[in-house]
Amino acid sequence: MKIEITEAQWLDETGELTLEELVELSGLPSELLIELVEHGALEPVQPRAAGASRSSTWHFSAECVVAVRTASRLREDFELDANAMSVALMLVERIHDLEAQLQELQCQFPHLKKRA
Amino acid sequence: MKYKDYYEILGVQRDASDEDIKKAYRKLARKYHPDVSKDPEGEEKFKDVSEAYKTLKDPEARAAYDNLGKHRPGEDFQPPPNWGQGFGGGEFSFEDIDLSDLFAGFGAGPGGGRRAGGAHGGAIPIPGQDYEVTAPISIEDAAHGTELELNLSVPDYDGHGRLRRVPRVFKARIPKGVTDGEKLRLRGKGGKGLNGGADGSLFLNIQFKPHALFRASGHDLYLDLPLAPWEAALGASVEVPTLTNPVRMKVPAGTNSGQRLRLGGRGLPKRGSGHGDLFAIVRIAVPTTLTDREKTLMEELAAASKFDPRAAFPKGGGN
Repeated sequence: MKIEITEAQWLDETGELTLEELVELSGLPSELLIELVEHGALEPVQPRAAGASRSSTWHFSAECVVAVRTASRLREDFELDANAMSVALMLVERIHDLEAQLQELQCQFPHLKKRA
Repeated sequence: MKYKDYYEILGVQRDASDEDIKKAYRKLARKYHPDVSKDPEGEEKFKDVSEAYKTLKDPEARAAYDNLGKHRPGEDFQPPPNWGQGFGGGEFSFEDIDLSDLFAGFGAGPGGGRRAGGAHGGAIPIPGQDYEVTAPISIEDAAHGTELELNLSVPDYDGHGRLRRVPRVFKARIPKGVTDGEKLRLRGKGGKGLNGGADGSLFLNIQFKPHALFRASGHDLYLDLPLAPWEAALGASVEVPTLTNPVRMKVPAGTNSGQRLRLGGRGLPKRGSGHGDLFAIVRIAVPTTLTDREKTLMEELAAASKFDPRAAFPKGGGN
């Protein structure tokens, strides 16, 4: 049997995503993503200059996709409202940063074993 | 089809109120949710808990579930004839599906609001579900790119609009330059969209398998470099393995344990161009047994040296 080969793609082509692309990747409605930006839990890449408040011009760092997808799952499974979700998103991002730092330290000091 | 006792999974009575079901679910979700819990079996347990809750919280789906009768968990059973017709659940070939698939047709079923589609065909386009799987690859695979065979079992509709579970096998080409923990996307390889809705995506969570020599952090690689005490003290030129050919590395005199020596551009390739670095972490290795000659030389060194490795310690009475 011939098995079809599919190219695995990066989540983004340029390192940045539009609001529309983030909607597609996260499965969250755009109104909710806009609310998360208003809560300060999600930040577009560009500074909020004149005109940048229009969501159609926003760009997000592709690095936020993993955290936004996690927050999206938490929202669905714990029935979170936008406020609770923005807290969850900030905590998830902090945990990701800490885990990355921990991994770097564990690479340098392998005796810092992961606790089960 | 195997029976699952949703009430037992949630730890509630069959006549539990909606509020009790919600409370029981939330408690178990906090315990087993894969994004919250560190329990290695949490994901599997959460799947059952979530499936149970999504069915029991919807009055119509709960009534349909109760209508299946009570069976022993794991018991093979057939739903009663005409089951589903009274509930709008669609047609099924009962052989090839999971219990959860039966309820995917309900408003709040595990499939998430598929009622508009399914056998009866509605007009609202519904995008297909996204799937997520872990893709374990080696550090070498990440450096060169690789092909990965994926075996999935997914719910699907046959030509008659009947739901069944089908095995899907395909290969994914992983580009070089991925890092541990990164997510990749296979567009269109998730659940089928209905009524013109886009097909879902399959997300791959890249996970590096442990390597005998290298540890990866982003595109940088780390390696333990054992040195003899005299190599560290006098300096040396040593051979160091890399992902390709071994290279010679100059160790400066007076190198200490724990110091990082950098081999620029010998890490993992980055997406596009460039490479991470390779860091050799120095570890002083001491022979466990000494020859007579080595012992004599060490004793001479000990007698001659004024070096105090514990100079920073406070000088006490030393009793």
